[in-house]
Amino acid sequence: MLDGIRQIADAVSSGRRSARDVCADHLSRIRQLNARYSAFLQVVDNDALAAADRVDDAVRRGQPPGPLAGVPLALKDNICTRIGRTTCGSRILERYVSPYDATVVERLTAAGAVIIGKTNLDEFAMGSSTENSGFHPTRNPWNTAHVPGGSSGGSAAAVAAALVPAALGSDTGGSVRQPAALCGVVGLKPTYGRVSRYGLVAYGSSLDQIGPLTRTVTDAAIVLGAIAGPDPRDATSLPAPVPDYAAALADAPLAERAAGLRIGVPRECLGDGLDAEVRRAFEEALAVYRRIGARVVDVSLPRTPYSIAAYYVLATAEASSNLARYDGVRDGHRAAGAQGLVDLYCRSRSEGFGAEVKRRIMLGTFALSAGYHDAFYDKARRARALIGRDFEQAWAHCDVLATPTAPTPAFRLGEKLSDPLAMYLADVFTVPANLAGLPAISVPCGFSTGGLPIGLQLTGPALGETLLLQAARLYERETDWHTRRPPV
Amino acid sequence: MSAAEGLRIEPIIGLEVHVQLATRTKMFCGCPLEFGAEPNARVCAVCLGLPGALPVINRLAVEYAIRTGLALQCRIATHTRWDRKSYYYPDLPKNYQISQYAAPLCLDGHFELPHDHVIRKVRIRRAHLEEDAGKNLHDTPGVTAIDLNRAGTPLLEIVTEPDLRSADEAREFAVQLQRLVHYLHVSEANMQMGQMRFEPNINVRISCDGREHLTPIVEVKNLNSFRALHAAIEYEVQRQVQEWLEDGRTAASGNKSNRGWDDERGITLPQREKEEAHDYRYFTDPDIPALSIDPEWVARMRDEMPELPLTRSERIVAEYKVSPRDAPAIAGDRATADLLDHAAEAGGDKQILGKHFLSFWSAHANQRGTTIAGLGVSAEHMGELARLQRDGLINATAAGQIAEALLGGGDGPPASPRQIAERLGLLQSRDEDLIAEWVAAALAANARAVEDARGNPKKMQAARGFLTGQVMKLSGGKADPRIVAELIDRQLGR
Repeated sequence: MLDGIRQIADAVSSGRRSARDVCADHLSRIRQLNARYSAFLQVVDNDALAAADRVDDAVRRGQPPGPLAGVPLALKDNICTRIGRTTCGSRILERYVSPYDATVVERLTAAGAVIIGKTNLDEFAMGSSTENSGFHPTRNPWNTAHVPGGSSGGSAAAVAAALVPAALGSDTGGSVRQPAALCGVVGLKPTYGRVSRYGLVAYGSSLDQIGPLTRTVTDAAIVLGAIAGPDPRDATSLPAPVPDYAAALADAPLAERAAGLRIGVPRECLGDGLDAEVRRAFEEALAVYRRIGARVVDVSLPRTPYSIAAYYVLATAEASSNLARYDGVRDGHRAAGAQGLVDLYCRSRSEGFGAEVKRRIMLGTFALSAGYHDAFYDKARRARALIGRDFEQAWAHCDVLATPTAPTPAFRLGEKLSDPLAMYLADVFTVPANLAGLPAISVPCGFSTGGLPIGLQLTGPALGETLLLQAARLYERETDWHTRRPPV
Repeated sequence: MSAAEGLRIEPIIGLEVHVQLATRTKMFCGCPLEFGAEPNARVCAVCLGLPGALPVINRLAVEYAIRTGLALQCRIATHTRWDRKSYYYPDLPKNYQISQYAAPLCLDGHFELPHDHVIRKVRIRRAHLEEDAGKNLHDTPGVTAIDLNRAGTPLLEIVTEPDLRSADEAREFAVQLQRLVHYLHVSEANMQMGQMRFEPNINVRISCDGREHLTPIVEVKNLNSFRALHAAIEYEVQRQVQEWLEDGRTAASGNKSNRGWDDERGITLPQREKEEAHDYRYFTDPDIPALSIDPEWVARMRDEMPELPLTRSERIVAEYKVSPRDAPAIAGDRATADLLDHAAEAGGDKQILGKHFLSFWSAHANQRGTTIAGLGVSAEHMGELARLQRDGLINATAAGQIAEALLGGGDGPPASPRQIAERLGLLQSRDEDLIAEWVAAALAANARAVEDARGNPKKMQAARGFLTGQVMKLSGGKADPRIVAELIDRQLGR
């Protein structure tokens, strides 16, 4: 059950093991354990088995089954699939079935992956704990009294609990990396535009990226290789060709990369609010890098302290517009007994959206309103541009930047629910990469005394995924955090 | 409106014109543009605004917009962006419209509008691309149905400065603009299909006792014909003067209002406050990257720009000796004007071609409800017909007869004008010996007329005309009149 992607794909491709068998194993484990974590919103058993059979057929006919042959995969439920529902964790889309597959789903399927189910999330990906799901919270496999992080908490918990070897999440302000850190798995947010957003239900369109959650850096590289690349249906996707990310993690290229690797540590990130145990784990991770010959250098990102403020203006502004379409007129929840059009809008949206989504729609609407547009939205855009410039300047001094992924280990369910601002600060280290459109990865780097995972975040220059994955793998190779599994 | 006597009234009119571009597919998706399709049969995830769908720019729509902008003497932006304009309405699937607000594609142009023997320069403030909404259908009482086939149709919104000074001028501008987009092949601009719509901004400068007053600006929404545009402006001007006489209110920031046009009653009506109290919350659409316009692309389009209707009219006057009043009838339809040029290139005499176009060709076109180009007669045949007449092989009447025969259709490859002339016996004789015999015979039989033609200054003209007629009669209409005249002169001894 703890096989990684490559072992599964090799076994299935060579016919040593059938995709159906792999799929059935994972389905049975999900049946056995999902109730404990509530990682899934939906498991599509029959469709998954049918997909597995198609992979087995391909193998039998001698057709190349792809780099993800027979690999069971879970998708965050804001990624559109024709199979099953796509709810975005919201009551307003509770019964919504997408008539089309997201580009990433097409690519995963073409690579031989078997989509096994849809995972829980904070409603419309708005949150850092998965407690904002319109259906139920998800629990952290390391301690079920704690949150898995969010918003891709379902995907992170499913991978951590080995319900699937890999899952996709989406990352607008840290929603892949932060839950990866809190659940002790690898989470990668690619460069903005590296992975097509076509079929990812939009939250903050200029920030959203789909990324993999896996147990190892190599697995993240394999999944990224399968989903990355230009897409004519997403005008913001980047035209750059996709390198072989996994091949870059072989010993020879890694050794080459280790020589002279410069790890930048932004001073601004290590101030107040950083948990002492997280700080200790982070310092130890830096020591590992020094030990393998990397240089750890101080850098400055003076404008990053404005990231959270800018983010919560820009993301909410875009969200207020992206979510305007859920109005009860076409798809989605329609309130009964509405008196006229405006009443239909108001009631459908009031009933369909949860509190955090409403809060962000109101924040965003306000930020874009006449009279406030300059002071909020335009100013946040300027701040964003300056933060991007901070990174540009940092690349003169280092190859990748290192920070903790999250300021604390996983908090308890309910702990921050009544304090949205405290919850927003869970994204303090992850948001800058979204604002600058840069790739960033979280890898496990230790545990708190309470046994909760801690994550190390590395951020790279635009389209520097290869470098980023190599730097992450160099660390992972020296440690065994990624091999530890939560108690069952 | 007796109370308005003694006031000097000058309407001030600006126009917003929406032109539907004649692309094959929609602005941001691959759905075909098709008028009259089954409701909601020409839709996809993108134009339905389904969760997760993303817009992708239609390059041809951008090209059409630039071509129009160039024809309107606009500056073409080197970078252009798309913005979201937010408002809730059931026919707007995303509840925002993708438009261009801050960085339009075309800016600062002008159009030289000939009207009433002067040229009025109408400045073009901007022209930008946007997507159309769908349609709310109220066919069943108590039920609103929504047809989203039109949603996502590419529109070019052209905005003028308030440079028009009468309903006539505004209508003329609209007519010329329609002609222009036809010329550029960028829009069918068919009014019945809603492919060209007008929203005039109107107010009135009232001069009275040496002082000037400006009435509050009114925007009349969604006018679908030249007639409605004209009538709405006329009505609105009168209404604003009347209102000013009653309340004296003048234009101030914030008192612009929207009115709708009631076509049946011929009046404008205020729109509900709710409909106009919009904060559109514009912001750059993050789904569509800013577009850099390659200057070479624009330069290529500039090079390929066809001669525009007004220039062409002038050239037709100069080259084909058509009167300035008649020229626009030919220049107005690009295919017809092209046909005229091609017929001339095929060897047709220009002046005679001009006459043919304005006489029998346009008569036939009108009769058949088409344009001259729509008659289906080739440029080569039209040219040959004019050449036959120039060379004196046929006369004008025969040309008309041949034209009719050219339209006749029938089986097999169409006969050439010369073949038709031969078949119908319409070729004029240019055999001088034969004509000389006819002339001699005519002179011999009409001694009195010969005398008058030779020596009576008062009757000379008439007598010569009579003799010519006699010669033509003898020839059965086939003698070349120029040779006849020459030989009469010679035989009269002059």
